[in-house]
Amino acid sequence: MITEFAIAVALCALAVAVWSFVLVARNRAPRRPLLIGLALVEALLIVQMVIAAVLLISGERPASMVTFLAYLVGSLLVLPLGTVWALAERSRSGTAVLGVACVTVPVLVLRLHEVWSGSGA
Amino acid sequence: MPDGTAPSREGSDVPATASGPGRVLVAVYAIFAVGATSRAGVQIATRFGEAPIPYALSAFAAVVYVLATVALARSGTAWWRVALAACTVELVGVLTVGTLSVVDAAAFPDATVWSTFGRGYLFIPLVLPVLGLLWLRRTSPTRTPR
Repeated sequence: MITEFAIAVALCALAVAVWSFVLVARNRAPRRPLLIGLALVEALLIVQMVIAAVLLISGERPASMVTFLAYLVGSLLVLPLGTVWALAERSRSGTAVLGVACVTVPVLVLRLHEVWSGSGA
Repeated sequence: MPDGTAPSREGSDVPATASGPGRVLVAVYAIFAVGATSRAGVQIATRFGEAPIPYALSAFAAVVYVLATVALARSGTAWWRVALAACTVELVGVLTVGTLSVVDAAAFPDATVWSTFGRGYLFIPLVLPVLGLLWLRRTSPTRTPR
């Protein structure tokens, strides 16, 4: 896995999370600019999945394949599912749900990296 | 008053468990439900023989998280009670397993979500049931409306 790219994804997700929580503090419901921010993070996660797929096809293997794939799928699903749950109630709580979903992304990316390199599968 | 019965317990006085702050709570619970279920699944499928008790506990914790998530996301008195039971079991579980894993580390060679009070998960497993129970108190169907 490309460490620099993973760090970039994690930092972007954290930035959008901070943005979400600022909006929560200002009592704002989720709006389009924030959703575009989430979409950008999701796009980076899809690129990361492509990188992982290319590495797997070229013969590299993570320490634990099942765990690796679980984190890969989880990292792709957390933002869409979180958004569906958040938008069902358009209030500051919805915005907070988006923030929670964004905070989950760096955790998943970090674990994805650990599992790939074999430290603590 | 259209009829002479007691005021509805499902009225707007008492918020549903999945609305407002409860929405965030359900989101965090859902993350732990998926995480704990996947983790327990992998542990049991790949190396159950190494540490059956912690892995069985992992699976139990996963069931509790799933139950709490579903119950908090639904409305109605019955689901409120299920949520109360799940959060209570969760709190007892994290305190018991947390204490045991500190006192008798040899019995817990591999981590569960509740080991050392959920330290591996930023102590969220310890905080979550407390927040859950506080929220359930706020949304209690038997709470007298003011």
